[in-house]
Amino acid sequence: MFADFDFDIILRTLPYLFFEGMKFTLMLTALATAGGILLGTILALMRLGSIPVLPKIAAGYVNLMRSLPLVLVIFWFYFLVPYLGQWATGASRPMQVGAFASCLITFTLFEAAYFSEIMRAGIQSISKGQVGAGYALGLTYRQVMGYIVLPQAFRNMAPVLLTQTIVLFQDTSLVYVLSVTDFLGAASKVAQRDGRLVEMYLFAAVVYFAFSFTASMLVKRLQKRIAIIR
Amino acid sequence: MNYNWNWGIFWQKSPEGVGTYFDMLVTGLQWTLVTAACAWVLALILGSLVGVMRTLPSKAAQRISGAYVEIFRNIPFLVQLFLWYFVLPELLPVSWGDWLKQLPNAPFWTTFIGLGFFMSVRVAEQLRAGINALPRGQRAAGLALGLTTGQTYSYVLLPMAYRIILPPLTSELLNTIKNTSVGLTIGLIELTARARAIQEFSFQVFEAFTAATLIYLVLNLLVTYLMRLLERSVAVPGYVTGK
Repeated sequence: MFADFDFDIILRTLPYLFFEGMKFTLMLTALATAGGILLGTILALMRLGSIPVLPKIAAGYVNLMRSLPLVLVIFWFYFLVPYLGQWATGASRPMQVGAFASCLITFTLFEAAYFSEIMRAGIQSISKGQVGAGYALGLTYRQVMGYIVLPQAFRNMAPVLLTQTIVLFQDTSLVYVLSVTDFLGAASKVAQRDGRLVEMYLFAAVVYFAFSFTASMLVKRLQKRIAIIR
Repeated sequence: MNYNWNWGIFWQKSPEGVGTYFDMLVTGLQWTLVTAACAWVLALILGSLVGVMRTLPSKAAQRISGAYVEIFRNIPFLVQLFLWYFVLPELLPVSWGDWLKQLPNAPFWTTFIGLGFFMSVRVAEQLRAGINALPRGQRAAGLALGLTTGQTYSYVLLPMAYRIILPPLTSELLNTIKNTSVGLTIGLIELTARARAIQEFSFQVFEAFTAATLIYLVLNLLVTYLMRLLERSVAVPGYVTGK
């Protein structure tokens, strides 16, 4: 059944697949994770803070994002971002936004909702006494969060945050719906050009598996190390 | 903004010939619901089998179910869908492959099976966590009473484990509904695909997406509410589960 396989096509297109496709996928994953964790932490702080209205806004945003399919959100931002850009810059026509920027904005805003739930759990895992002790020492809110709560919250949640990053890495394959050349997009373009769907999609599956499986093994090891130290 | 809002669009005739744009959304919702329901049943059956296998004492059962979980968890759902849709028919014997390719409603069957397998891993992991959350003595007590392993699972462990994991199962059910939208890549005409089609036919992007968003939100609330009712009706008196 593998007799008429053309494994050579994978070798021939390897530079394209990795230097075009995988580069896009990994950059999108890295930047969206960084942005998502930052925004997610802010959302979690808003939600747990005592300033009126903010908790409701943060909760509303998180629940909205979490009840929508990612595919729909990708389409939403793909069409919305040019208008938002026009509104923000006061231009007379909708702004031209590149595919990468559009994807990055989408994934940052979408994954922020999931990261915020993780950070909320992390912040709540720190005992109230520590916060009280911080205030008793005369620290401000910013100092209590920055020096006491958040460092520990990040540390406790590191394995979960990394697992979510693996999910994000897999989710980036959905930019396929915008015909963007991410790793799957590149594989798919070669597959359709040369009529080699079987080879290319199997290869894509193997590569995604190798990346995700290795990463999840590393996360497991990290989890064990953290557990021993505490 | 120079975007022309037109909320009346949903009552206009769709270029497909039958019905209005609103009817397009309704048929989309129907496909979403049917696909999600079928996939969810498959996910529950497969997930329960694999989840139980992961907690059995047999090393072979643990290894097989462990490999199953790793394979379906570490490949993106979209890629899995392509494997089912484009690759599987080519790898099967020619006559089977041809039969698969000529199947009517192939996008539906593919998304149903693909999503069922993909979600079964989540169900399995939740069930394993649920079984492991039970006090160790329960399994031992069952066996000490002379029950077989099968009986211990069906009368002692599983009834409690399923109750414990009802809340996380609710969010997996919601994920199943949301993930049906990935089926649009292979031509399933579900809700998101219909919203996209309205955008292509009429250029009323934001009205179409707003309508789809609202439908997804209502669907979410409804499922969450029904699962709460289920949780309450199956709760064991005096035993705190979930919350």
